[in-house]
Amino acid sequence: MKTSQENVVGGQMARRSFLKFASAGAMAAGVVATAASCKKREYVDDDHVDLGSGDIAILNYAYALEQLEAAFYTQVAANFYANISSEERALLTDIRDHEISHRELFKAALSSSAIPALTPNFSSIDFNNRNSVLSAAKAFEDLGVAAYNGAGAMIKSADYLTLAGKIVSVEARHAATVRNLLQFNSFVDNTIVDIANTSLEKSKTPQEVVPIANTFLTGKKIAAPSLGIY
Amino acid sequence: MNLLNLFDEINQADPEFADRISPRRDAIKNITSFGSKVAVAAMPFVFSTLVKKAYGQALSPQVIEVLNFALTAEYLESTYYNTYGQRSNIPSGDRPGIELIRVDENNHKKFLLQNLGSAAISEPKFDYTAGGTFADLTRNDSVGYDTFLALAQAFEDNGVRAYKGQAPALMSAPAILTAALNIHSVEGRHAAHLRYLRQRRGVAVKPWITGVTSGIPAAPVALVYAGEDNVTQGGVNLTTLPGASGNATANMVTEAYDEPNTKENVTNIVKLFLAK
Repeated sequence: MKTSQENVVGGQMARRSFLKFASAGAMAAGVVATAASCKKREYVDDDHVDLGSGDIAILNYAYALEQLEAAFYTQVAANFYANISSEERALLTDIRDHEISHRELFKAALSSSAIPALTPNFSSIDFNNRNSVLSAAKAFEDLGVAAYNGAGAMIKSADYLTLAGKIVSVEARHAATVRNLLQFNSFVDNTIVDIANTSLEKSKTPQEVVPIANTFLTGKKIAAPSLGIY
Repeated sequence: MNLLNLFDEINQADPEFADRISPRRDAIKNITSFGSKVAVAAMPFVFSTLVKKAYGQALSPQVIEVLNFALTAEYLESTYYNTYGQRSNIPSGDRPGIELIRVDENNHKKFLLQNLGSAAISEPKFDYTAGGTFADLTRNDSVGYDTFLALAQAFEDNGVRAYKGQAPALMSAPAILTAALNIHSVEGRHAAHLRYLRQRRGVAVKPWITGVTSGIPAAPVALVYAGEDNVTQGGVNLTTLPGASGNATANMVTEAYDEPNTKENVTNIVKLFLAK
């Protein structure tokens, strides 16, 4: 028993010193890259909204994405495309209600730290056209899943991590469903999941997601200097 | 703890289980003593070589326990699809999707096995009829297919809850946490697809979980959905917040959030399907 405990402690020590070593190396590499590419600053331009720092930044990031999704489905459900089936009408209405709940939860949870209401720009979407609506829905849902997955390890609070987990699997359910409406049996494919190898979803960092989200915003766009996003 | 009971049961089937773990710890100890004798200048080379060889060996005991727990869920799922997911009672239009799920689950199992190395627990023997409760599963007809879909749904929803519940236990290992999250969402996609297939066959379910509704009458399955009717998130009762018109309803908000499940509850569910 004693021997096994000693071994466990030894294992943890080895891991800690490894992590220390690895992160020192990564930081050194990061400094070089930062110095070479751009000047670090802590403010955002007037036409951007700052998501904040730490867990607040991640929650505001999620809040921004949920604002986009809720606004999109609200517009879809306000005037459904012609000849929509009752099945599709019911599913898209459910999704709208879920996204509104996500948005309202983040707004309430963030309280005075919440970013303001964003103004979406959906001019690239033809809301009278089924394929245009479902393709946009697929893009939003796949992006949402990849965004939550990519931000999970950045969250400091276990409670917030669990909350994000409760939402992301529902986003995955939405993504699978919308994909099935567009093309049956396409709930996963190799553009979003590494089917040839690990079958892990391909997550995206905030640095990858924010510029995409910003293309759907008019007026103020989002930025997060704390995450190196300007 | 029930999980330990499960490991004990697996241990009986695989007497080398304990031996498989301890050599690993010696290996970690050896890395430490080896490293201390090496000149600092040589460290980058030594570390990158060791890490390549010993990715699994850097896992903490807590992470190993979580990954073995996940592996148990993946064993349950992959063997289920390998056994019942390629039969002639599956309608031809549904086959490509079921096959995608089967491949994903086998890939997840393989991924966990590779990361755990020799710390991986062995696969237990399963009885997917749960001692005859789901005897219709063995029928190679439409009744058998409906039962297959019902259990598949339960296993996927269970998998979603299992991974979600373990996320906080992986916070010390960010790369592993991200990988687990990237499996978790795929399980969510599978669950939605299976529920959609069932919905189209006339079962009263949706791709998302409304309250504790499963569309599966057999009592043991209730364990998979217990607690999914929670309407409070982050201390806020979500039915007090606005919906599209008026406040959100309980159905809307229970669908909008999937609940985690504890290791103990998930283990009890898996144990229902262990061969006696």
